[in-house]
Amino acid sequence: MLHTIPQSLGPVERMIVPPGSARRGKLLLVAATVLLFGVLLAQITDVAGVTSFGFVSWRPLLSGYIIWAGALCAAQVMIRGEAGQRAAFVLPAVLFTVAMVVFPTVFGLYIAFTDWNLSAVAGRRFNGLDNLRTLFADRYFWNALLNMVYYVLSVLVQYAIAFGLALLLNAEIKARKFFRVAFLLPLMLSPVAVSWMIGKSLMEYRFGPAATLARHLGWDNPAFFSTPWLARSSIIAMDAWVSIPFMMILLLAGLQALPSEIKEAAKVDGASGWQSFKEITFPLMLPVSITVIILRVIFQLKLADIVINVTAGGPGGATDTVSSFIFREYRDRSNVGYGTMLAEFYLVIIIIFVALILKGASRWMQRDN
Amino acid sequence: MATHVETPTTRSSLWSRRPQFLTSSLLIYAALVFWAFVSLFPIYWTITTSFKTAVNVTQGHLIPFVDFTPDWKGWRSLGLSPDTIFAQSTVRDEFIRRFLNSIVASSGASFLAVLIGSLAAYGLSRFSYKFLWMKNKDISFFFLSQLILPPVVLAMPFLVLYKHVMLLDTLVGLILVYTLMVLPIVIWIMRDQFDTIPVELEQAALVDGCSIWGAFLRIVLPIALPGMVAAFILSVILCWNEYFFAALLTSSNAKTLPVMVASQTGSQGINWWSMAAIATAAIMPLVLVGIFLERYIVKGLTEGAVK
Repeated sequence: MLHTIPQSLGPVERMIVPPGSARRGKLLLVAATVLLFGVLLAQITDVAGVTSFGFVSWRPLLSGYIIWAGALCAAQVMIRGEAGQRAAFVLPAVLFTVAMVVFPTVFGLYIAFTDWNLSAVAGRRFNGLDNLRTLFADRYFWNALLNMVYYVLSVLVQYAIAFGLALLLNAEIKARKFFRVAFLLPLMLSPVAVSWMIGKSLMEYRFGPAATLARHLGWDNPAFFSTPWLARSSIIAMDAWVSIPFMMILLLAGLQALPSEIKEAAKVDGASGWQSFKEITFPLMLPVSITVIILRVIFQLKLADIVINVTAGGPGGATDTVSSFIFREYRDRSNVGYGTMLAEFYLVIIIIFVALILKGASRWMQRDN
Repeated sequence: MATHVETPTTRSSLWSRRPQFLTSSLLIYAALVFWAFVSLFPIYWTITTSFKTAVNVTQGHLIPFVDFTPDWKGWRSLGLSPDTIFAQSTVRDEFIRRFLNSIVASSGASFLAVLIGSLAAYGLSRFSYKFLWMKNKDISFFFLSQLILPPVVLAMPFLVLYKHVMLLDTLVGLILVYTLMVLPIVIWIMRDQFDTIPVELEQAALVDGCSIWGAFLRIVLPIALPGMVAAFILSVILCWNEYFFAALLTSSNAKTLPVMVASQTGSQGINWWSMAAIATAAIMPLVLVGIFLERYIVKGLTEGAVK
């Protein structure tokens, strides 16, 4: 840790906290905590019908949390002085993330074990492991999970294309700026707009230019979303169109950071273009490549927008991703309990999968060094 | 890479050198032009289609003024053509509301994320923390691990919780979710940014009697500003394009542009010109951002990931 500021850097008197300030800080923290739990208690009893404060919503609790978070930061500074000032840098982000992630995820776990359909009159009902049993029997979910394997594997193809483009942009070319901006543009577009632009108009069966081109090339019946594999490939192509620039930019930055002397030396030694790529550029680019691929795989696991808007999972679930499947479970069937169980189950799979990839990557890099 | 061509050894040196140089650079340019076409054609197609009439669409006319005469039909249906721009138009009002919602949601969330993200990144870059068993590395990983979380996991709990705290279908609610979404990326970019700033600058300020926060605000922040701008722009792009949460958490009041585009283009009645006009209007801001702020986007993307 070269960059950390040592603890005992400043003049000594700054480290000493006046006792009055520390006392006030403790008082503030206690008061805020009492307020938070007081509001929580009041709201719970109100919902239970014991008291009648007439709360319309749980918003007072939200305000209570915000006040408590603010008081916590202030109290840190007052009680612990400089150490508190240091803590105050990270605290807002930590408190925000904890409130926004940990609480909903835990709450989601509770929902996952209930039978809860928004359109049903019955309301929420605890049903134990029923959702999990349904999940294991749900052919469409496993099908969506299998599709995710194809989508994740397509990242490797995207990577190959992106690497090629990065090499092109790194070559001695004119108008590099133009090409870089042009190649970058697809990344800027919203997947929803891309769904229409490409999925629903360019690839449209009757008038779309892509279909027309395919007819000219001798394909009589260019229906891009008719058979499972065709539809899947079309979705993969669209997704690649949007996300290749992301990989390309990162790989290009990696290429530009390579020391030029090494390539010069290879040229002097008489290595051909392919040889110098295989022996020098590619191995040197491995760390960047692995980072890029892992990042893209993580993003790919969330793929949904294009599928939702172009095929809605069809034909017969061939293009469904897990996210788009759960999305329809929520929106079309209002099946909150089951959908959440699917989501939490998927999260567990993702965490295991990503952890394995990260572990494998770090072990592989170590062995390589 | 297919750019290397074997030199024919039988010919004279003059002829063996020139063709090789020419073919390889020709191949490079051919590949570049091909991919530029692949990247730009869908955008070109969308923009031109918004000026087409039904006949032009069905007959596959591509080049304006040569193939077909541009028509304001698509833009008229949006209320954005020259002859309707001053007239009353409910579609335009709707569109502008969604547009403003998108701007408020994405810039608000990006601002919030850059604010608390930069603070956290600075703290993690400069000080060593210890909270229970968690050290700096663990706290950083805690933030970064949020990237893995798929939106579906949070969507339903948020829907229920937001209903209870009355944040459903409000921009504030959307801003909070988007902040959460981009925060890990901002922290990643900014921590790298702060790592490159020499620590001696603050040490000098501290010796001169600045407090830690004073040194941060007066010395470090101005230097880190370009990185913050890059993080901000990248966040805006991500939030602007977000569809999943917006589709689930908003219904009428806080609906954003992607949701409107999806609902318009989702209907099957092929009304290509107006759909193309909506799509064009939705992508235009970001196309312009891409063209003029490309430097910052590249900076934001490459910060942190490539080291």
